[in-house]
Amino acid sequence: MLSAKAKTQLGNFLFVAPYMFVFAWLLVWPLMSGMGLSLFKADLFGGATFVGLENYGRLLSDPVFLQAVGNTFLFVLLCVPPLAIIPLILALLLNRSTRVAAFFRGVFFSSSVLSVTIVTLIWRMVLIPDGGFVANILAVFGLPPIPFFSDPGIVMGSMAIITVWWCLGLPMMLYLSALQQVPQDIYEAAALDNSRWWTTLTRITLPSISRTVVLVVIMQCVLQFQLFGQPQLITQGGPNGASRPIVLFIFEVGFRRWDIGYAAAASQILFAIILLVTLGQYLLTRKRTGDA
Amino acid sequence: MSALDIRNVTKAYGPTTVLDDISLTAESNEFIAFLGPSGCGKTTLLRMIAGLETVDSGQIHIGGQRIDELAPGERGVAMVFQHYALYPHMTIRENMAFGLKNIKTSKTEIDARIGEAARILEIEAFLDKKPGQLSGGQKQRVAIGRAIVKKPDIFLFDEPLSNLDAALRMRTRLELAQLRRRLKATMILVTHDQVEAMTLADRIVVIHGRKIQQVGTPMEIYGRPANRFVASFVGSPPMNFLPVTVSGAKAVATLSDGTVFATAITNLPESRSWELGLRPEHVRVNDTGVSAKVEFVERLGERTLIYARLSDGTAITAEDVGLSRLNMGDEVHLSIDAQAAHLFDADGRGYHAETA
Repeated sequence: MLSAKAKTQLGNFLFVAPYMFVFAWLLVWPLMSGMGLSLFKADLFGGATFVGLENYGRLLSDPVFLQAVGNTFLFVLLCVPPLAIIPLILALLLNRSTRVAAFFRGVFFSSSVLSVTIVTLIWRMVLIPDGGFVANILAVFGLPPIPFFSDPGIVMGSMAIITVWWCLGLPMMLYLSALQQVPQDIYEAAALDNSRWWTTLTRITLPSISRTVVLVVIMQCVLQFQLFGQPQLITQGGPNGASRPIVLFIFEVGFRRWDIGYAAAASQILFAIILLVTLGQYLLTRKRTGDA
Repeated sequence: MSALDIRNVTKAYGPTTVLDDISLTAESNEFIAFLGPSGCGKTTLLRMIAGLETVDSGQIHIGGQRIDELAPGERGVAMVFQHYALYPHMTIRENMAFGLKNIKTSKTEIDARIGEAARILEIEAFLDKKPGQLSGGQKQRVAIGRAIVKKPDIFLFDEPLSNLDAALRMRTRLELAQLRRRLKATMILVTHDQVEAMTLADRIVVIHGRKIQQVGTPMEIYGRPANRFVASFVGSPPMNFLPVTVSGAKAVATLSDGTVFATAITNLPESRSWELGLRPEHVRVNDTGVSAKVEFVERLGERTLIYARLSDGTAITAEDVGLSRLNMGDEVHLSIDAQAAHLFDADGRGYHAETA
């Protein structure tokens, strides 16, 4: 017979069992089998030979992969800071109960609901040097068009602009909900304490929503390290691989060259990068904010 | 020159007027309580003094200077909020220093003021803790401390005791009274608790229905209520109101059962109807007097409250000794101290004996 405690524990387990099963089946198992796969030389039509860490060795000396890693870091550096700061500014401006504010909250959030296909279509029309929106405006002032997609030094910046426009809705909403959690009477106390707006922002508002700032930065890092659709649809990684991120590299290796062992190894490296970056940020911010 | 001078102030939210033509002055070092039921506008009036609400019309002056157009921080007031409103991410010391740093007070001056306030309020032990680590009573002291260090012309308290439990509230009330003696500053307290107002204030401002109903010392408010609202709002249990007819120069009041009381009230005007106002302590259970039937008995220990009904159906509350043997349903006789009675005319205006 089971003891009463064991019975309760079994009962508790039964409640989480369905979720645990799906979690193990759809997340843990693919992760593990991906790790396993990365140790094989395998293609999509069967035939796998165990090669140990050879795939990883090849990756670290593959200039195309190393370029993709560099591109990805550049992209994250270009678009995560704006994605942390611009939505914060918008949220601070729109955190009021007027109709105008509600309208603009809707406007700024609306881009988030578009699919990447639509987003890239729109921005291709805006940025394309040949008759695009920006090029037309520049032409009015007699300026030459900017090669947004064909200059290797500019193309990742263009991707970042598109991505910031596409992704700023959700962080803005997160900031707004955080701002609404801050009790109003603290601001009244600050007003009576002669606090100017900059002091109020830096000493009252930002500390009050610091957890959300950390959340937004970590979330955007995780998301933006996985850049794929924008360059895939606009430049296919060009020119000269200057806009090929890691995920596009994985896609090409796995589904164009059918070298899925190699692709799996690249996936593991991306996984490790994201894990390290987010863990690092988490530990860093936790140390700094102390017990708050 | 008065410390606070409120002149014809009006405030409306949309079509709803919450305060209508309010005028009031407070002397230097005076402790004023705004007393009234929930939603009477007393907190709005306080917040207008603080600058957290705009004034629709009228003016507010502090120390002779018009302040209703100044920013909250420039008015020389400090406020203690109902929910304390401490900055949660700052230590207690930083909470108290914040306002002083903003006006560029020197470090040594800040330290000296915080040290003094902490000593007075006995919060030295947790100056380096955060508000989340403190109990409600401790937070309350910190909130008061944050006001003290600013050395304001006027302290504003917005229901400061309402979040504390009964025992702590009584202690804090006592401490507030002592603090007041020590600080020698003008203080304004908003409360719906008449005991707070009666025990702390030099003068009470009773607010109800957009208007100031009466301004007076606690004993004036209690002993000579200006109208029926003040009479019924202040005093626990509330005053009894008995419909009477009135005659004579020294008014003689007659109950519907024919019982006659000679009051000490003179010079009454004409009125369609009259009510006799009697505090429960002036209606005592006795061997003779008006007969009534006991409906409920409340034994408070040192005295007993008798809720009874007269033969004409009027409810009346009376007092009996602590060891009263009365029970529900008993017939009693109530002796009424008519010399202490008040009369209220058809409009609710109060009339009192000359030497009440």
